[in-house]
Amino acid sequence: MSVLVYVEQAEGKFKKSVFEAVSYAKAIADQQSTNLVAISIGDVAESELKELGKYGPSKVLNVSVDQLKTFVNQAYASVIAAAAGQENADIVVLSNSFSGKGLAPRIAVKLKAGLADGAVELPSTDGKFSVKKTAFSGKAFAITELTSANKVIALNPNAFGVKENNTEAAIETFSADVKQSDLGTVIKDIVRATDKASLPDAELVVSAGRGLKGPENWGMIEELAGLLGAATACSKPVSDADWRPHSEHVGQTGISISPNLYIAIGISGAIQHLAGVSSSKVIVVINKDPEAPFFKVADYGIVGDAFEVVPKLIEALKAHKG
Amino acid sequence: MKILVCISNVPDTTTKITFTNDNTEFNTAGVQYIVNPYDEIALSRAIELTEGGKGTVTVINVGEAANDPTIRKALAIGADDAVRVNAAPRDAYFVAKQIAEYAKDRDFNIILTGRESIDYNGNQVAAMVGEFLDIPSISIIKKLDIDGDNATVEREIEGGKEVVTVTGKFVASCAEGVAEPKIPNMRGIMSARTKPLAVVDPVSIEEVTKVTKYETPAPRGTVKLIPADQTESLIGLLHSEAKVI
Repeated sequence: MSVLVYVEQAEGKFKKSVFEAVSYAKAIADQQSTNLVAISIGDVAESELKELGKYGPSKVLNVSVDQLKTFVNQAYASVIAAAAGQENADIVVLSNSFSGKGLAPRIAVKLKAGLADGAVELPSTDGKFSVKKTAFSGKAFAITELTSANKVIALNPNAFGVKENNTEAAIETFSADVKQSDLGTVIKDIVRATDKASLPDAELVVSAGRGLKGPENWGMIEELAGLLGAATACSKPVSDADWRPHSEHVGQTGISISPNLYIAIGISGAIQHLAGVSSSKVIVVINKDPEAPFFKVADYGIVGDAFEVVPKLIEALKAHKG
Repeated sequence: MKILVCISNVPDTTTKITFTNDNTEFNTAGVQYIVNPYDEIALSRAIELTEGGKGTVTVINVGEAANDPTIRKALAIGADDAVRVNAAPRDAYFVAKQIAEYAKDRDFNIILTGRESIDYNGNQVAAMVGEFLDIPSISIIKKLDIDGDNATVEREIEGGKEVVTVTGKFVASCAEGVAEPKIPNMRGIMSARTKPLAVVDPVSIEEVTKVTKYETPAPRGTVKLIPADQTESLIGLLHSEAKVI
């Protein structure tokens, strides 16, 4: 038996969420007293693959074939399942990223495996194999037992730290048979906003709501986020009014995030919004209404006008950074 | 064009989530149920794509008879007919198998779901249906356009988007941006009562997951309020006390 972790690359590089998934998978392999194998698909330099050795896999399978240079959900799932077969892996771990969310269910069906997505902790293995995962959009957790022989786990970003576990990972080419019928989707274009941190796996997030009064006032939010290296987010009314793109909407019907720091500016904290952000480690709320429900779940709060408080924060941050 | 839209019956977004029976069951007392908001987006786009005699929209739900009002709501929004697979939805694997079983001989061109249900947040059903049917699946799309047998979608990725094309049958899970949710009008509500709602029996499939317990997030300590005229001290606190910057 072994544990297989899929290491998702973006433009030939691995992100922090990948190292989290490898660290997490290594901890599971240790629990199971077995070894960890990683699989990478796409064009990744050998030096970047070697980098994975820091986090514990004994072997890295490298799939570098022309048809799979860019993401094809169906074919990638087939290759990962085939690798699980070759490596006799009964547990497959992925990041719960946008691509991971598309892959994990297909792999689970191929392996007749139970799938725990949005995992936030290591499995408990006291006779049953159970994984704690987010449910009800952050309002609760569900302890989910995977009762099947094979298991698939998709780990939430920022839920499990990166842990170094130096090994000398052997890099092997994995020759995958790619079926033509698995290549039904074709990527025509990739648009990346490269100047900004990506919201789902951002460690720091600056978010603003209707209290900002209009899209023209987002300059100071962008500036604060820029100084912190944070991603920007918004509440539902703001994206509904097209002040900001839907991809920035966090909350129950937007995306759920769990950054180390979430700064909410001019957001009252309706239950639907809180659902998407309540697993943030530290929450700062800036609102001129002292009765705003958000203060009840905040760690730090400032009762004040965003148009006065945010510029002061920007100045203080500039001074702090020297 | 025939489109199948998969809908979940979920607690209203304002529901305070609690559990009973030693935290092993969701407390349904007083809970209002709705069509999962993302599924409404998928349904609304399906209706737009088939309007004016260009096709039909069938909604499918896996659940017991108590779900019928939610299914009627989907019919009121504008689906042509509905089917309910008469079984408690055990998990996504079970639900996806039922949907795939229903769809396999019925020649749907497109199968749509919401990006996730707001109760179990899986985003599993779309890709699992795709796998059971051995057709492409695209998860978390923000735009869906159809031109004959070809579809162009925009898929969300970290910090951007991918434009993806697919030819022939496919499954996709829809997020905000695909369509504005449609509100049922009076005519829709009236006609929903008489639209066909078929009930079919489930097929059996092995159990792969089981929720054994629920937990609610640990309450936070009380908020530390910083006077507005000492705003700058927040930076120091975040740096040296919270250690997050």
